[in-house]
Amino acid sequence: MPIRPPSWRLILIVLGLITLPIGVGTLWLLLTALFNQVHGLLPVGNINFGNWRFLWEGSINGRPPIWVALFNSILFAATVAFIEVLVASMAAYAISRMNFPGRRLYLGMILVLHAFPAVSLLIAIYYILRVLGLFDTLFGVILVKASLEIPLGIWLMKGFFDNLSWEMEMAALVDGASRWTVFRKVALPLVRPGILALGTFALLSAWGEFILPYTLIVSGKSWTLALYLQSFLRESFVDYGMMAAVGLFYALPVFVFFLLGQKYLLNIYSGGVKG
Amino acid sequence: MRRYAIPAFFLTPATVLIVLFFMVPVVATLLLSFTDISTTTLSKPSWVGLGNYRDLLADPFLKKILANTGKYVALTLLFNVGMGLVLALLTSLVPSQIGDQFRALWLLPRILPPVVYVFIWQGLLTQAPMGLVSDLLGVSKNWIAAAPWSVVILANGMVGASFGMLIFTSAIRAISRELFYAAAVDGATTWQTVRRVILPLLSWPILFVTAYQTLSLLTSFEYILLLTDGGPGFYTTEVWSLRAYHLALSNYFGNVEFGLGAAMAAVLVLIGILVSLFYLKIFNFQNLVVEPKVEVN
Repeated sequence: MPIRPPSWRLILIVLGLITLPIGVGTLWLLLTALFNQVHGLLPVGNINFGNWRFLWEGSINGRPPIWVALFNSILFAATVAFIEVLVASMAAYAISRMNFPGRRLYLGMILVLHAFPAVSLLIAIYYILRVLGLFDTLFGVILVKASLEIPLGIWLMKGFFDNLSWEMEMAALVDGASRWTVFRKVALPLVRPGILALGTFALLSAWGEFILPYTLIVSGKSWTLALYLQSFLRESFVDYGMMAAVGLFYALPVFVFFLLGQKYLLNIYSGGVKG
Repeated sequence: MRRYAIPAFFLTPATVLIVLFFMVPVVATLLLSFTDISTTTLSKPSWVGLGNYRDLLADPFLKKILANTGKYVALTLLFNVGMGLVLALLTSLVPSQIGDQFRALWLLPRILPPVVYVFIWQGLLTQAPMGLVSDLLGVSKNWIAAAPWSVVILANGMVGASFGMLIFTSAIRAISRELFYAAAVDGATTWQTVRRVILPLLSWPILFVTAYQTLSLLTSFEYILLLTDGGPGFYTTEVWSLRAYHLALSNYFGNVEFGLGAAMAAVLVLIGILVSLFYLKIFNFQNLVVEPKVEVN
């Protein structure tokens, strides 16, 4: 807004107060993970790395080692993001650049699915994975997660392809390049910002995903970090210190990314990406 | 043939995944809701027609579930839209560098993994001396059990507020500068500018955010599941989508009411399809389907 009110400092204080819970929560997680005991936000006693013993003790109360969960989480997020970006870009390219029968219908379907709340399909998806023999496999959950976000991805990437000037593609086509080569070598490099935005969104969303693995995975060897952390809540005695350490360990990439890329995050989340 | 072959090649992966995990599940949800399927009859369920829907109507807890769902959606929506609006306005009134910082901070609840986010709530609300709220209020309780509804609404709302915040901020930025100058020349106070210039221009975005979030709140249950799992006690915070999930997929009902759960999910699926189609109508589909640019065959 071009006009700054005279009382903007007062407004800043109000903003600070309503945002306080977010800061307090983050600080609480940090302190509880690092100290022996914390009363509210006041550390009692010394810095203590005992909370972090899940890193070197192998198995905590019969759980799989955290490295298994970490590996699964990385594999899950990376594969979901890769499939999502590749499949959505291909479809978006076709919709943006080619005329085929049913194009309007296809685009309409993508739009409807983009707004459609996919989580209501979870019960049927559980059944379908059982029928396909993909229940309790990481691969099955990867496919589900990527698929549910593909309409959003197609919609986002179509916007990027639409805004691309097409002279270079035209030139390549006239020179006899195939459609696939043009897509791979000309169009995709030009929509790098779109790929980065969709990739970031997909990575963050898959990294945090809870309900799908929680419902579709049973065995510990396929646990992701979300399931590993959640398993602490089912114990009769909740070890807050260790849970906070696990939580911080799990959320660390998100915090780092947040600190380095705030401006970028604001841009991509404002760009019509739903959450 | 070439005319079809190339687009088909580019569209096949997306189409296969969409059919497999959107189209088939929609049909499957409807079909399963007409059967008595459960863990014991998973391989050969029998057709029970509208039986599940009759059970659903006869469910003595239906009233409670409906009331909970209404309460959850209405109050969270109020918080989401109201807080989104407040944040968008306030962050637009301070220098934009600082405003951006605050907006970024409000994205944190959205990008944090839900399990970590909910764990922080649990930690802050647990008994003294660990729980900060218990310490500050001087009353040691588990505040999630003591005030489950407030927690469910606040926790969901703090995640949801950023959605409205971002959309309203873009809308405020799109307002032409002349309007602000004109208001200033006329001697309008900040409040008058907000009330008479900005808010009237935000009515369409507000409508959009409200409509969009109504649908997602109606079907989302992840944070409730993690926070209270429908409790404490008997169905205190159990909403429609969570009950469907519990009936069909949760272990402590013994997984025996898959069909009934599917019937409840089918209601949500139908609402979802109708509302999304309605969105398509108001989004003005014609404008979105521009002709493709490169077409060489």
